[in-house]
Amino acid sequence: MEYDDGQLTEEKVFKDPVHRYIHVRDELIWKLIGTREFQRLRRIRQLGTTYVTFHGAEHTRFNHSLGVYEIMRRMVENLEKKMTWEEEERLVCLSAALLHDVGHGPFSHSFEKVFETDHEEWTRRIILGDTEINRVLLTMGDAFPKKVADVIAKTYDNKLIVSLISSQIDADRMDYLLRDAFYTGVSYGQFDMERLLRVMRPGEDQAVFKHSGMHAVEDYILSRYQMYWQVYFHPVTRSAEVILSKILNRAKALLADGYAFRLDPYHFRSLFQSTMTLEEYIRLDESIIMYYFQEWIQEKDAILRDLCGRFIDRHLFKYVECDPSEQLKIWPELKRLYNEIGLDPDYYLVIDSSSDLPYDFYRPGEKDERMPINLLMPDGSLRELSQESDIVEAISGKKRTDHKLYFPYDLLADQREYKEEKQRILELLHQQGG
Amino acid sequence: MLLEHAKLLAMLKNTGGIAGRKKLQKMVYIAKRMKQPFREKFQFHMYGPYSEELTLQVEEMCNASFVEEVREKISGYYQYRYSLSDKGESFLQAVLEEEEPIDSQLMQELNDCSSKFLELVSTVLYFDELPRQQVEEKIHRLKARQNYQAADIEEAYTFIEKLKQRST
Repeated sequence: MEYDDGQLTEEKVFKDPVHRYIHVRDELIWKLIGTREFQRLRRIRQLGTTYVTFHGAEHTRFNHSLGVYEIMRRMVENLEKKMTWEEEERLVCLSAALLHDVGHGPFSHSFEKVFETDHEEWTRRIILGDTEINRVLLTMGDAFPKKVADVIAKTYDNKLIVSLISSQIDADRMDYLLRDAFYTGVSYGQFDMERLLRVMRPGEDQAVFKHSGMHAVEDYILSRYQMYWQVYFHPVTRSAEVILSKILNRAKALLADGYAFRLDPYHFRSLFQSTMTLEEYIRLDESIIMYYFQEWIQEKDAILRDLCGRFIDRHLFKYVECDPSEQLKIWPELKRLYNEIGLDPDYYLVIDSSSDLPYDFYRPGEKDERMPINLLMPDGSLRELSQESDIVEAISGKKRTDHKLYFPYDLLADQREYKEEKQRILELLHQQGG
Repeated sequence: MLLEHAKLLAMLKNTGGIAGRKKLQKMVYIAKRMKQPFREKFQFHMYGPYSEELTLQVEEMCNASFVEEVREKISGYYQYRYSLSDKGESFLQAVLEEEEPIDSQLMQELNDCSSKFLELVSTVLYFDELPRQQVEEKIHRLKARQNYQAADIEEAYTFIEKLKQRST
């Protein structure tokens, strides 16, 4: 490969089903894509367990990261017409967009909950630690890796740059909405990204949108709303996520109790003991996790064996809607009955709430809580989106939370033993679900 | 059984209510850093550490009528005040045995501070691995609008030290 002043002599393109082409002209970006830490993202699905519901959702964090980079490249190109960028700032933006998810682990949402780790912290360690990515970034100067890490951590001095990658309307969300819609095959999630980019203007602390482009912003908000309920918050996906979390919890508890695993959980040991090194983390991907789950189907421990079988073979938990105050009335009896029939309620009776998900709606919020989306009015003033848009205002006022109670219907429906107790449990559960 | 929610209910009970979403966010973040058993995940946002998970938990408790939310107009902008409802009190009583206790004195002390001061304290805590001079530079650059003075930052450090001594 030949380079000229940091630019490739010949542009590289990746074919992409969402953006058609992803264009790479900078030597830096080309080299970052080639690093082992970035290539690892090919082995981590973007949507975790969503593939059990939408079979097309097998796309990875690699695809998404390239997509975010491409949107950022177009944003920078558009904004360059309205303002002056230092060449270094442009490269910081592009690198941060490309690397923003590099610290995600396998099924990272469940992982982070169970092991109390943080993918943003791992991203920082990968960018600043002894890695191929760090060595590539250092070619731009000693301070360059820190700048990229600070943009991703949202602590970079230039807030406009931070907002392009992390705000209520940013390159990350734009790509994942379009990409997740494409791969799940749903017809929601579409919005006019080209129009959004054309009406985007640099503001003091964040990008703002020309008032004339409000309907494109509305489309984006609606898309976010629909994808939340139809894809991200799908009850079947949540069931798989609940089982995944319970598997990890069970394995963690067994290891803490000194249980003798048939296959030593070598890759998990340091994670369970919170001593995982950067190199160990980089080696961990979804193929390894799935290998253990397959192996654990043979374990002596009945709970671990059963949960892994459910996850691998898609024998998921059923659910009923759950009202927290009603739940109080039946919870003690449910737990007692579960114990009587030998089912551990800690693993087989699980409440999952909207707050357990890493996705959100647009909310204007109160002053100084969170940056809202601002429209640039013809007189130069700024107005918060929901004050101008009836559609967004209507959505902002809607109830946006729910709780579901998950349970193994198949075990309860098999009433060869404990018939009365199981019938009563099902009665209580369905009473809860209305 | 919604034990993380129960901790927030206990916090509202102990403090008699909290005025402002930003204040509530910063109180939980600071308490978490002081080893209180909060598990919400925080990220740095424009106004300091912020947890979307916490925002949703509060919304869930309002929708379940465990928490009363009142919108108040304060000199040109709106603020939300949160307090525990009777239904929330009953829920809290029922899960009390499973709940990990929260230091009510700490929560009250935090509630007595202004949200602007808590924003500063939580930001200092967020950057506490950096040397003080770099933290001060960060505050002046990232929080230029709040116009924090050297005396404010000194007060924040003293406050944090006092909290840390108590939590050890």
